[in-house]
Amino acid sequence: MRKFRYEKRTDVSMARKILNPVFFVLLAFLFCALLLGAMGFSPFAVYGKMISTIFSLRGLTRSIEAGLPLMFTGLAVALGYRMNLNNIGADGQYALGAIFCAGFGLYGPPMPAVLKIIVMFAAAMLGGALAACIAAVPRALWNVSETILTMMLNYVFLNVLNYLMYGPWKELNQMVAQTREIDSSLWLPEFGNTGISLALLIAVAIAFLLWFLLKKTTWGYQMEVIRRSPRAAEYAGMSVKKNIISTLCLSGAIAGLAGFAEVNGVLHRVQADLPNNAGYTGIVIAFLAYLNPLSTVLVAFLLGALQISAVAVQITGVPSQVATMIQGSIMLFVIAGEFFIRYRLVKVQKGEAA
Amino acid sequence: MGELILEMKNITKTFGSVIANQDVCLKVYAKEIHALLGENGAGKSTLMNVLTGIYRPDSGQIFCHGKEVSVNSPKDAVDLGIGMVHQHFRLIPTLTVAENISLYTEKKGFLLNPAKMQKRIAECSRSFNLEVDPAAVVWQLSVGEQQRVEIVKLLYHGAEILILDEPSAVLTPQEAQDMFNVLRKMADSGKAVIVISHKMNEVLNNADRITVLKDGRMEDTMVRKDATLDRLTRAVVGKQDYKEHFRTQKNISPDVVFSMEHVCAKNDRNLDELKDISFDIRRGEIFGIAGVAGNGQRELSEVIAGLRPVTSGKIMADGADLTCASARERREKGIALIPEDRLETGLVPDLNFSENIILTRYSSSRYSRKGFLRFDRMRRDAEDYTKEYEIRHGGFDLPVGLMSGGNQQKLLLAREVSGNPKLIVAAYPVRGLDIGAADMIRQILLQQSEKGTSVLFISEELDEIFHMCDRIGVLCDGELMGIRNTSETDVFEIGQMMAGERKNSEKEASSYA
Repeated sequence: MRKFRYEKRTDVSMARKILNPVFFVLLAFLFCALLLGAMGFSPFAVYGKMISTIFSLRGLTRSIEAGLPLMFTGLAVALGYRMNLNNIGADGQYALGAIFCAGFGLYGPPMPAVLKIIVMFAAAMLGGALAACIAAVPRALWNVSETILTMMLNYVFLNVLNYLMYGPWKELNQMVAQTREIDSSLWLPEFGNTGISLALLIAVAIAFLLWFLLKKTTWGYQMEVIRRSPRAAEYAGMSVKKNIISTLCLSGAIAGLAGFAEVNGVLHRVQADLPNNAGYTGIVIAFLAYLNPLSTVLVAFLLGALQISAVAVQITGVPSQVATMIQGSIMLFVIAGEFFIRYRLVKVQKGEAA
Repeated sequence: MGELILEMKNITKTFGSVIANQDVCLKVYAKEIHALLGENGAGKSTLMNVLTGIYRPDSGQIFCHGKEVSVNSPKDAVDLGIGMVHQHFRLIPTLTVAENISLYTEKKGFLLNPAKMQKRIAECSRSFNLEVDPAAVVWQLSVGEQQRVEIVKLLYHGAEILILDEPSAVLTPQEAQDMFNVLRKMADSGKAVIVISHKMNEVLNNADRITVLKDGRMEDTMVRKDATLDRLTRAVVGKQDYKEHFRTQKNISPDVVFSMEHVCAKNDRNLDELKDISFDIRRGEIFGIAGVAGNGQRELSEVIAGLRPVTSGKIMADGADLTCASARERREKGIALIPEDRLETGLVPDLNFSENIILTRYSSSRYSRKGFLRFDRMRRDAEDYTKEYEIRHGGFDLPVGLMSGGNQQKLLLAREVSGNPKLIVAAYPVRGLDIGAADMIRQILLQQSEKGTSVLFISEELDEIFHMCDRIGVLCDGELMGIRNTSETDVFEIGQMMAGERKNSEKEASSYA
């Protein structure tokens, strides 16, 4: 016998939009606690270790470091979805951005350090934009699925990256597939001794800039109209094609900046498999953040925290895959929980047949 | 009139603070066509959704064959023999008629027997004299045929009470008459038929009994012989006077604002749709395009607005050649379009009131400065439009998709008019609107023409065309059958031209005299 039925909500409050996912994240942790218990681990010990890892200065800075590339890829994916474009290729754009950036840093002509950093910044954006543009043009002109194109291009650019790492750009007399370090004058300044560089500010600034552009400008307005109704956009005289190309390229450029952040801010070099699936994690982040640029930064940080705490819990004897499990559970629960943002459960009254 | 099959007593249904139905009572008898008449938003659809189990009433009772029943789901309604044909058909285009009909059944075996299924459905449709080919694939059928499939679907599952939501809205006049003949047969065979409509003539000609809803309440109910246009009008619009607008003041100057010469264009299926269209429009003139819908009207309006390329011919506005100009360039030249599908093309339903106000002028200096939107202006214009055009809405921040059709159209028209266009292309601007809103929309267009704006008025309602237009061009099968001065022609002649008769008489009025 059915005791509940669901009813569409007519208005959704801000508080609900925030509290609903929080509730389902907690539910996901509860679910994982049961799994951990079944596996013979103490969930208290595991979660305790995770919490103590994250809530330490070292943990916080490491979380930001891990979350940094995710902020860029998350913003890139969110921007694409703002126009119903599925940019699955943030990984590849990140890779090409890193190649362009490090390539100029290592092999570019000598010039003043500040100028060189700025050119590297631009090169990273150019690389990312170029990678996205290859998908954007066929999408705009011939309606070829950008989902497939961007995804397939990931393989291309990741393999280009790895070819360079194992081949021509490999650091001499080293076993690891990576370039040598870029000159230390090109490193972004750090905040004190934290290991957190200026790149974090760049990510936050871009998030604010995107938020502002989307909300306040005619460009953002056009995107919103095209996303909601391409036919109305054409009626209004907007060029849907131009907007598809410009948005996807901008999305790629932002993903490319993840390369700049790593090369100039964190690693100071490029490694094989550098993107490490940041592009795919970016999709998760964009969705969990409801495509809002500001929340994207926050969610990226949280997922970064999750990743580093997972490494830490291995001390308690738990495999690091637990983090992947928790990450997957959170996503599943939050996305399923979205239902309750749009609908409410109503108890069936007496006398009402179910 | 047969026995009382269905009775709804004191039905009340509210959505939040909005009262959609209040104490509505409805009696439906076997062997009758019962028309439910009312403006948009009068509560007709809500009442029928209560009857078919889609909504649950807050209070009230439903009796079927004298027994109180509760309809809590569409399935309950089907079990009670209540079936509804929605305005937008619930058919799966890629399946056959037989597959669509059997989808609806309870008994689902593992194996399908298409031949047997088709035979049974053919028998059923034949017994009701409804021509339907059970083997045909739905997307290949015309709209009228699809509607018949929907009716057969209900009959096949034993419906006693057939409800049709605005059944004639999607049909040509001929198809509509056929459909009412079918409904008459249904009624004669003992069924009860409920037709939701807001066309008074249609109701007067075809219904046995008429119930009028207004503002969620039952305003009047009568048998046909007691019904007059006057009484219906009064019940539908209430105290408001029903004025027919005629062109009283004209302000037509001899200069040509817009002209088309030998224009040809293709339709979405890449077939020739518009064939050799030539006409011109003077300043301040209302030029009507009469014709059955689907004879090239959509393509014509899109070609003028720059949303569809021409294959040959020439388009001129104010002496400039616009044949290859983009939609935006034409808009800047003063051509405004009220598209026929206002909610898909003319507005963005998910965006709010203010955001829809700027849709066609978002980059103008009025609403943007150096790329930044001017929210203060948007807000002020939203308030002005609301007041000036009496637009009713739940707030400037709510999606316009939640507004009623009439208010959506007022918003759309307010926006297009405020750009001071030289030519307004209005494609079916009052289709599907209630009398109050339709009246206002026509009034606005008339005022515009008095100010010297030209209007291209596309409609399939002949009386409306005659009331509004100075000249009438008739489209049939993508060709202009002829152009007449309204004062020198009559409904009979235009009707003949709509049916495809080309009349090249001395009355040809290729330019306004």
